[in-house]
Amino acid sequence: MSTVEQLQDLTKQEYKWGFVTAVEEDRLPAGLNEEIIRAIAQKKDEPEFMLEWRLKAYRYWASQEKAQAEPKWANVKFPPIDYQAITYYSAPKQKTELKSLDEVDPEILETYSKLGIPLHEQKLLAGVAVDAVFDSVSVATTFKAKLAEAGVIFCSFSEAVKNHPELVKKYLGSVVPYTDNFYAALNSAVFSDGSFVYVPKGVRCPMELSTYFRINAQNTGQFERTLIVADEGAYVSYLEGCTAPVRDENQLHAAVVELIAHDNATIKYSTVQNWYPGDKEGKGGIYNFVTKRGKCLGKNSKISWTQVETGSAITWKYPSCILQGDNSVGEFYSVALTNNYQQADTGTKMIHLGKNTRSTIVSKGISAGHGQNTYRGMVKILKGAHGARNYTQCDSLLIGDKCGAHTFPYIEVKNASARMEHEASTSKIGEDQIFYLQQRGISREECVSMIINGFCKAVFRELPMEFAVEAQKLLSISLEGSVG
Amino acid sequence: MSLLDIKNLHASVNGVEILKGINLTINPGEVHSIMGPNGSGKSTLAGVLARRESYEITQGQVTFNGKDLLEMKPEEAACEGLFLAFQYPVEIPGISNAYFLRTALNAIRKYRGEEELDAMDFLPLLREKMRLLEMDDKFLNRPVNEGFSGGEKKRNEIVQMAVLEPMLAVLDETDSGLDIDALKVVANGVNSMRSTERSFLVVTHYQRLLNYIVPDYVHVLVNGRIVKSGGPELALELEEKGYSWTEAEPAGARR
Repeated sequence: MSTVEQLQDLTKQEYKWGFVTAVEEDRLPAGLNEEIIRAIAQKKDEPEFMLEWRLKAYRYWASQEKAQAEPKWANVKFPPIDYQAITYYSAPKQKTELKSLDEVDPEILETYSKLGIPLHEQKLLAGVAVDAVFDSVSVATTFKAKLAEAGVIFCSFSEAVKNHPELVKKYLGSVVPYTDNFYAALNSAVFSDGSFVYVPKGVRCPMELSTYFRINAQNTGQFERTLIVADEGAYVSYLEGCTAPVRDENQLHAAVVELIAHDNATIKYSTVQNWYPGDKEGKGGIYNFVTKRGKCLGKNSKISWTQVETGSAITWKYPSCILQGDNSVGEFYSVALTNNYQQADTGTKMIHLGKNTRSTIVSKGISAGHGQNTYRGMVKILKGAHGARNYTQCDSLLIGDKCGAHTFPYIEVKNASARMEHEASTSKIGEDQIFYLQQRGISREECVSMIINGFCKAVFRELPMEFAVEAQKLLSISLEGSVG
Repeated sequence: MSLLDIKNLHASVNGVEILKGINLTINPGEVHSIMGPNGSGKSTLAGVLARRESYEITQGQVTFNGKDLLEMKPEEAACEGLFLAFQYPVEIPGISNAYFLRTALNAIRKYRGEEELDAMDFLPLLREKMRLLEMDDKFLNRPVNEGFSGGEKKRNEIVQMAVLEPMLAVLDETDSGLDIDALKVVANGVNSMRSTERSFLVVTHYQRLLNYIVPDYVHVLVNGRIVKSGGPELALELEEKGYSWTEAEPAGARR
């Protein structure tokens, strides 16, 4: 049998019992109660400790919901969410299976081709099942062999629970406990899947790990959970890309990401978030309420977050670092763009516990249309953190006169030897800059995109090459038509 | 055929008329200088020619290379071969000089149906022009004009002109803020580009620049009108007598 035939066979198999049927059979009724939690754990055939943990999380969340303790401090506005109307552990609404690209909205295809995504990936993104499953399977398997050689574990969270329960038990909730916040509690109770990475002592992960395909292939995973552990001296770079199909109703996406870096380990986590932002009038779009936190547990460890946030109707997200080990380093590089009626309240927390810990925050907010963009960041230097240092740079760029930029920095210093620097700026995109570039022959639209890319340069250069290119294109597309 | 033909040009800013009937013809290969006191409309004229949007054209026509310039967007005028060396060059943070200039050159080449240049072909070209203006290689990768001194910014304008090879270069007070050595370097760069096809419109407040870039014609702009035209000797006369003596002269001087 030729390779092609083998793959075709595999495709059919996956299609037959892996994808469509599974979704229909596994769909649970709407609403959330202990029965649903038990059903999720049972469907996933999870060990007892997982069910216990989910139930504890659920009970905590239920008490919070009863107390109406949903966080309200963020600078975003949205109608109350009816949590009992949401279907957990399945697609909230099974959309009709598209048979070919011809059935996909041409506007979406246009966007994909502008992004430079090859045709088979376009199908994947649009949720055309056959090729999507085909591709992600083949990609996953080639990865696995190479990674196994290096001793790196990279698998779905479900697989990790089955095959590496001791690691999951040890680290799950150790950085983001289920009591952390309302959405983290909800996620802990109902999360359906996600990624698990373990890089053993002294291993430099031989390739960049990416979840781009898997998340898209699923399309339905609104509550995923990622856990990455880098053991002593290990290094791993992890990329996460998000796109979502266009839907009229708002959808809740509440993910949790936990990172743990032991002595001398480095974790680099990059995100290009392009969930559906809603239409031009602000209808639809994803509520992206995400808890991401890393713990620099060991000495000389380093965790670096880089995010490019262009999607979602509402973003509520603060990738943070707990700098526990002496000499550990935390970094946060962010570009957040809000256009039309998008709202973003995003930033970071840097908690300095260990001696000589250092953190860097570079945040670039771009507001266009009626977009509202808030930077919210906390730098906390505790008593024991002798010689801690922080540098924060926080710039906002406004396009047009109906958008807003807001900055809320919180600084708490309990050790007198700490050194803090904070720089902030807000500017409007300059007609003078645009005219200067135009006078050299460059079209107005390209001028704007050039100025914005220049503005974001300090963040883009932290991204892996292909991601940086994609991020630049994304920004241009997201801003299309916002500059007259 | 003339390269630039300005007929009875009137232009306003925020409802205030600045240019009150400009007539000027520039033929290929000619260097014209516009001199005038502060507020006479020199920079407005340069801005109108480069199609800056903040000016409202109330009357008149401008033909550039046989086409209606006033119908063109700024980037179209640039692609047609009109270059403005800015009085106050703008900073573009995060974008390197080399990347910016290659993008500009390729936009113009594309407009003209020529093949675009890749970085390997472009860099030697840019380096050569930078040597001409005595600019260090470090400016290749520095963000456009960011942290440049006044003189470096002006030299960078001339580097851009040398790379883009326009048909008409409008120099808007390129001499302001330059010391004598930098002035000579800039003038040398401009002179090296003089040819029988390329024309220059040198806008300046002082005669000093014209010692180094010797114009074919000098026009005196006062209160939105060209009040006097002549040869290079007119510049010297102005230097001696000041602008006030021209204001008594009848308007409407044409070359």
